[in-house]
Amino acid sequence: MAQVPVDEKLVARCRELAAQVAGDVQTYVDRHTTVGVERVMVRALGVIGTDDQGVPLVNALVERLRVSGQLPMGASFALGRSVVEHGGSLQDAAERLAYGPELDQVDPKAAISSDVITSARKALAAATDAALDRIDRARDEREALRARFPPPNDVPHKYVIVATGNIYDDAVQAKAAAHAGADVVAVIRATAQSLLDYVPEGATTEGFGGTFATQENFAIVRRALDEASHRHQRYVQQTNYSSGLCMAEIAWMAAVERLDMLLNDAMYGILFRDINMCRTFIDQYVSRRFVARSGIVINTGEDNYLTTADAVEKAHTVLSSQFINEAFAHRAGLKDEQLGLGHAYEINPWIEDSFLMELAQAQMVRQIFSRHPIKWMPPTKHKTGDIFQAHVHDAMFNLVGITTNQSIQLLGMFSEAVHNPLLMDRYLSLKATRYVFTAARHLGEEISFKPGGRIEQRAQLVLAEAHAQLEDVVGRSIWNAIEEGAFADVKRSRTGGKGFAGIVEKAPGYLNPVLEKLEGK
Amino acid sequence: MHPTEPKLLRAYGDREGDGMVQMSFTLQLPKGARAREAAKRFAESHGLKEPLVSTMEECAEGYCYFVVYGHSQHSVDVTNLEVPDVEVPRLEIKEVDHRILTRLGRKLVVVGACTGSDAHTVGIDAILNMKGYAGEKGLEAYKGFDAYNMGAQVENDQLIERALALSADAILVSQVITQRNCHKENGRALVELLEKRGLRKQFVLLFGGPRVDHKLALDLGFDAGFGPGTRPGDVASYLVHRLCGEGEEHAKN
Repeated sequence: MAQVPVDEKLVARCRELAAQVAGDVQTYVDRHTTVGVERVMVRALGVIGTDDQGVPLVNALVERLRVSGQLPMGASFALGRSVVEHGGSLQDAAERLAYGPELDQVDPKAAISSDVITSARKALAAATDAALDRIDRARDEREALRARFPPPNDVPHKYVIVATGNIYDDAVQAKAAAHAGADVVAVIRATAQSLLDYVPEGATTEGFGGTFATQENFAIVRRALDEASHRHQRYVQQTNYSSGLCMAEIAWMAAVERLDMLLNDAMYGILFRDINMCRTFIDQYVSRRFVARSGIVINTGEDNYLTTADAVEKAHTVLSSQFINEAFAHRAGLKDEQLGLGHAYEINPWIEDSFLMELAQAQMVRQIFSRHPIKWMPPTKHKTGDIFQAHVHDAMFNLVGITTNQSIQLLGMFSEAVHNPLLMDRYLSLKATRYVFTAARHLGEEISFKPGGRIEQRAQLVLAEAHAQLEDVVGRSIWNAIEEGAFADVKRSRTGGKGFAGIVEKAPGYLNPVLEKLEGK
Repeated sequence: MHPTEPKLLRAYGDREGDGMVQMSFTLQLPKGARAREAAKRFAESHGLKEPLVSTMEECAEGYCYFVVYGHSQHSVDVTNLEVPDVEVPRLEIKEVDHRILTRLGRKLVVVGACTGSDAHTVGIDAILNMKGYAGEKGLEAYKGFDAYNMGAQVENDQLIERALALSADAILVSQVITQRNCHKENGRALVELLEKRGLRKQFVLLFGGPRVDHKLALDLGFDAGFGPGTRPGDVASYLVHRLCGEGEEHAKN
């Protein structure tokens, strides 16, 4: 088996440093909540519906609690207390608090006795158990289907995207992709959704650059892929995006609608969507608590770093971020087998030995994260409208994927720089990938890299640089490091960016029984 | 090869005038003799003579993908082509900086953004950010420019407010997503907003993106358009010619 030398001591030190980063952030996370976190808890407790303008009830409720200064106790507490004092179901309580006068009668400054908290907790107990049951049932159902129609043993799994904007067209394209051999189908999200501070409701047929992530849309694609799984006797996995201002709510929806993977990154929103870093750190933690329970595999977004920063000079930032993403994920209860750490084939293809450098990094990542379902992303930045050249470029990317045993391979599209993939583009990409994967299936087992040669040296250099960066990040603190542009050449301030106003410091009696259960308390 | 360019051009395959082209497409038909014939007819109706269906494969249930070669009967008259393009001589960074600082006596202020719901900063970053594109530094790296990159998903009125606050000389708009022509709508909306507020003449307005060309930009009411492959130096050179004298070297329409 081709291996690059990996200094285990250095890797252990990197993990130690990343754990310090995650620990530092966790002390902040534990003391705060966000409007997004509170909304997902209300959803998990079974509250549904929108008003006549399409505003979700959970948004109306949480916003009103925030404005009236009652969010520090948690939305769950408000619901529980309302049921205790005024009766009815949690749904009734949510509607009363969101739309009625009840909330105005509460003095947010009045002291809350522990008896009141205890009785509120009691009122939430059944709904809390039901929330966890829903996640567990969906997980069991997924596992049963996977047992019945086993996905292929061979990796990399072939991952394709569909992005029509219309969920019904997406469902057709998803089935077509499964028919053509895709193992994983992702529905790309409408471009602006990460910045929406609510999740749209229902099936959607309009969206730029992709399709809105809604619970109903998740269900529609899951049905289509379940049909495809039966038809081809091979389980086809579904992916969407738990990112942006609603990452926690989307994680819940994905958990109960039986998605298999979620794009979910501890820092992506900060760097690439200018979402406030404090907000993102809190939201990513809670989203990952749902993910951990549901058995979903996350895909992290380090590949994006190389679209803004240089893929040769900044390769180590991908590795250091993978260590950090791993540490954050462990803090949220995820297992290594759920961590699809991301990286990408983004080196300028015309540089001498660019292929060797890609091979070195892919092999190194494979070895360092040996139990993780590593996500390998195709070239995008250096693709042009020359589709013939792009097809060759993707073939080289595929060759690295199969040689180094990557786990999840997002297939490149030769028309990447031109348009969303056409039906035949996806088919041709799957065909070419099948060829390369078949033709080079055991190449990695048959070769070894020249000791002290270019590939080994490159791997050693990148690990050494990643280690140096992690020492530096810990020295400066992650907060300052992001402010100073340590990742992706992007600088973000601690109080800047979107969603900062949605952060609330928890009161001493803060109540969140769903999160407690997810944390195993 | 002929030394002179013929006026009526046909596609060049392996000899002049053969008109050879290839096309690939998908038809909603199951694979078979009928599908092959349909593909042939389809190619013929596009002007291909003696079409050869070189590939027919099922790319999804009930859909076939084809590659067809044929002799295109069409030709193009190249004598009367009107091609608006930004034609200004390329200047080195030093020369750009020198001209701005000596002729203008201050820095040239540019504000850029990717507007609307488009979340792709790749284009505006390539032109404005220090790092630049294809080995060329972006405008941030010039001494003659004060470059402000507002990133993606910026609303047109935000962009205008920022440009006013900074007393910008030029506004750069990037549009990457082109689904249902939203790039054109976003661009046109900015021009209309500026006109409504009587501000259009106050800024040099540039439009860029993978599906943008100079002609489209002019049609939408911009001063110039920059398509794929544009480097920061192209934009810098244009702005210098436009804003630092040299009237005769303005973009040719």
